[in-house]
Amino acid sequence: MELVSSHLPALQIVIPLLGGLLAALLRRGVPAFALTLAVSWIMPVISAVLLDRVLTGGPISYALGGWPPPWGIEYRVDVLNGFVLMLISTIGAVIVPFARRSVALEVGERREAWFYCMYLMCLTGLLGVTITGDAFNAFVFLEVSSLSTYVLIALGRDRRALVAAFRYLIMGTIGATFYVIGVGFLYLLTGSLNMVDMAARLAAAPPEMARAMVAALAFLTVGISLKLALFPLHSWLPGAYAYAPSWATVFLSATATKVAIYLLVRFLFSIFGIALDFRGLPIVEILLALSIAAMFIASIIAVYQNNLKRMLAYSSLAQIGYMMLGIGIGNLAGLTGGLVHLVNHAMMKAALFLALGSLFYRIGTVRLAEIAGIGRKMPLTMGAFVVAGLGIIGTPGTAGFISKWYLAVGALDRGWWILVFLLVVSSLISVLYIGRVIEMAWFRPVAIQVAEAKDPPLSMLLPLLILAAATVYFGIDTRLTAGIAAQVAEFLLGGLR
Amino acid sequence: MIGEFSPGLILILGALLVPLLRGRLRAIYMLALPVAAFAHLTTLPHGDLGIIELSGVSLTTLRVDKLSLLFSYVFLVAALICVIYSLHLRDTVQHVAALIYAGSAMGAIFAGDLVTLFIYWEAIAIASVFLIWASRTEDSYRSGMRYLIIQVGSGVLLLAGVLIHYRQTGSLAFGALGLDTPGGLLIFLAFGIKSAFPVLHAWLPDAYPRGTPTGTVFLSAFTTKVAIYALARSFAGTDILIPIGTVMAAFPIFYAVIENDLRRVLAYSLNNQLGFMVVGIGLGTDLALNGAVAHAFADILFKGLLFMSMGAVLFRVGTIKGSELGGLYKSMPWTTGFCIVGAASISAFPLFSGFVTKSMIMTAAMEEGYFWIWIVLLFASAGVFHHAGIKIPYFAFFAHDSGKRCQEAPLNMLVAMAVAAALCIGIGSFPDFFYTLLPFETGYRPYTLDHVVAQVQLLFLSALAFTLLMRTGIYPPELRSVNIDAEWFYRRAGRSLADGARMAAENGWKSVTHGIGRTISVVIAYVQRHHGPEGLLARPWPAGTMALWTTLMLGACLILFYL
Repeated sequence: MELVSSHLPALQIVIPLLGGLLAALLRRGVPAFALTLAVSWIMPVISAVLLDRVLTGGPISYALGGWPPPWGIEYRVDVLNGFVLMLISTIGAVIVPFARRSVALEVGERREAWFYCMYLMCLTGLLGVTITGDAFNAFVFLEVSSLSTYVLIALGRDRRALVAAFRYLIMGTIGATFYVIGVGFLYLLTGSLNMVDMAARLAAAPPEMARAMVAALAFLTVGISLKLALFPLHSWLPGAYAYAPSWATVFLSATATKVAIYLLVRFLFSIFGIALDFRGLPIVEILLALSIAAMFIASIIAVYQNNLKRMLAYSSLAQIGYMMLGIGIGNLAGLTGGLVHLVNHAMMKAALFLALGSLFYRIGTVRLAEIAGIGRKMPLTMGAFVVAGLGIIGTPGTAGFISKWYLAVGALDRGWWILVFLLVVSSLISVLYIGRVIEMAWFRPVAIQVAEAKDPPLSMLLPLLILAAATVYFGIDTRLTAGIAAQVAEFLLGGLR
Repeated sequence: MIGEFSPGLILILGALLVPLLRGRLRAIYMLALPVAAFAHLTTLPHGDLGIIELSGVSLTTLRVDKLSLLFSYVFLVAALICVIYSLHLRDTVQHVAALIYAGSAMGAIFAGDLVTLFIYWEAIAIASVFLIWASRTEDSYRSGMRYLIIQVGSGVLLLAGVLIHYRQTGSLAFGALGLDTPGGLLIFLAFGIKSAFPVLHAWLPDAYPRGTPTGTVFLSAFTTKVAIYALARSFAGTDILIPIGTVMAAFPIFYAVIENDLRRVLAYSLNNQLGFMVVGIGLGTDLALNGAVAHAFADILFKGLLFMSMGAVLFRVGTIKGSELGGLYKSMPWTTGFCIVGAASISAFPLFSGFVTKSMIMTAAMEEGYFWIWIVLLFASAGVFHHAGIKIPYFAFFAHDSGKRCQEAPLNMLVAMAVAAALCIGIGSFPDFFYTLLPFETGYRPYTLDHVVAQVQLLFLSALAFTLLMRTGIYPPELRSVNIDAEWFYRRAGRSLADGARMAAENGWKSVTHGIGRTISVVIAYVQRHHGPEGLLARPWPAGTMALWTTLMLGACLILFYL
């Protein structure tokens, strides 16, 4: 027991990694799924133990292979990545039961095991980026997750999935390259790849190094912004989300961009924030301007979309804008709002995409024009869609309201009234695109092609209902979400120069 | 600390459980609620209790002193009587609404700060409107809507006033306020609407007669009396109240005399009694204030009694038009008797409650040297006897026999009326104990020889006038008609004015919207061109374009960082 408990940080990565290999070797869908289920359900247990330890006892440092940092690779868990690990592994565990039928239908029996293999590799990569304390190791995991994501997308049934995956491949590679260049600059400056060590050395660096440091910051910001699909570097995302298999979209939308945001926060606050006063650089203005542009432009585009998966993808872009806005606001309330929106958006958007996955499972389409009256045929599915949609809008009583509330408070603390106004107006645009779906699903007579539809089987319905319920629950009891997010924000701001 | 919550909450929270109970159990439970509230009340010490700190503002949810206690006693008695009176109902909505309404009124009485007052003020408005809507007619729905708009409007004025007041003084205390600040003025107006100042009164005769037979009894007890209490608290001795109250006491007389709907007659007479109280508050001496609150106390009982007797008639006969009633004393002897007790009380016959309370106000007016006010009040007193003391019982129970035969009122109604009647006679005959409950010590004695004689003279002359007019046929006959009152201004004139304004506005608007509409469609077309499915921003960009943007962004970052 002692052995397991002291190696938990490594197990968090090793278990899904081995699981992925094993899933590929199993070749058959059902055993591969069983394995995936088991792995996905172990993950949150480990994350929960780690997060609990961090919250009570401070950061955990784990030297991989017994090589002490900064020479060896260090896995380092503090409140920030403990929080993100918890988010990713929990979302994975909640949504995985949905995969069985959905993947069997959309990916095809022969490729099921590959799909699960790729999912577990992607999970490994995302968790790895989050847990590692080594900047180059983060790059490796970033590539692990990206490569497996390209495959996940390409497994989509639609031929356009291949193009979407290819476009993402190009953009993801550019992003990763920029990231490596940025890390390379930092390595030249400090001679270290360990994040903590790097931060300490940068802080002690002579002032003439500042110019190189800023170049590193620019490369890292742009590279990571590409991965997190910040406007205008977003164009790979809608296609990828729209044509990937439904369940892959659920997983990616809830986790992939969140990890990229984590990485940006990590570099900005825990590395550059300690070395230089980055709030003096125009990066804050750039982030604010781009996130506001994302909030509006992506939301408006979403209003015009007919493919609902594409619509939600654009909505995700807008929501990424909210998270980045929190980072741009950069005070305690604003940062809390941005971080808590990581969690809240993950569960709301996962619920929405799950609802679309259920639709596709039953009626084989997610086009707005073809779902008239579906609410009466699939009441639980569309009911959950409405609840999660209200969350996206930011209705009081849902989790989305909590995020926007903190963002608004943060903006007000800064005296940025206009930002609060923009926040409200952009929320109103989301009323339009969510409202369009609600109107079509609930207030139209039942169309012939959906007349036979009914709610999906329990294994698909349950994850959806759990997430919808969580949207409401975390809109009321925010101790777990906003409570921890506030601790994280405090921790991050406390370390700043 | 735990025990320091408003007794009103017992009624409000207790009401929420009423839907779970049925039949006899519900009856017992509903009767137990006011009793429980009273038991809780007796345990409370005097002083400011139940203080809640809310984001830096401290709210006093429970202020116990002689004034609030007096009103709370009568509210509890009224709630109990009304509950008894409505026991026969099988209408959960009415039961729940009535209890919440009574509880909110209690809460408002005990409010020690203006925010708490505002909350209960709005709760009163919302809960009470259900008692009007419970008639479930188109008429009552519309009337209830008007009532709600005005009541909530008064709440909005109150809130605005409170905020301005807080801004200026930094105090939220629900104590004496002046009229010299805009905040005070707004609060005064809010109180004025609810206590039915002339011209602001129209909601009262509009809405009350349209409530259910039982609902109107509740309505008559609480809403206006809360406003009277609030005036006594905040604007005692404000001179402007004296003329306002005098007009209030006098003008409804005329409406009451020509009105055919007997419950509307009572609504006017309620308005007129409020006038006496407002005068008392305006005079502001110890005796006058005693008189005002005592009269509010007595009015709740005798006006409730009269509304109950008319409610019983409406319940049994199905109409309350004076022109269609008459001769009911044969069918409803007990109700007739109780009605006469109520009529005697409102007319201030010696030995009945009105006599010992109204006389305080009259005496105070005389002592303060307001002779003309006194004369008008005297005239109003005679008028009260005329329309409420004689007209109500006469047209309902005597007059020409309408030929209607019905059963006596249900037992629970009779019990409720009996309790109210007993209290009316008890207060009137043995006022000494009642006087000890009043906020001030004045040593006033109602039963002096000249006082009794003067009052009896007045009453008999008024009765003589009525008889004379009836005999000679000059008395306005009971006609099926609708009398035009100030509510006409918003019911009819307001609407035609609004219609006209709407027409004009529509025409102007059309030309404006045409322009705006064109602009908007241009904007939308622009947005769609860029954001629509095939728009520049929504089209999937080629990889090259995306890479270009990445480069541009890197360049922009570097340039901006180095600047």
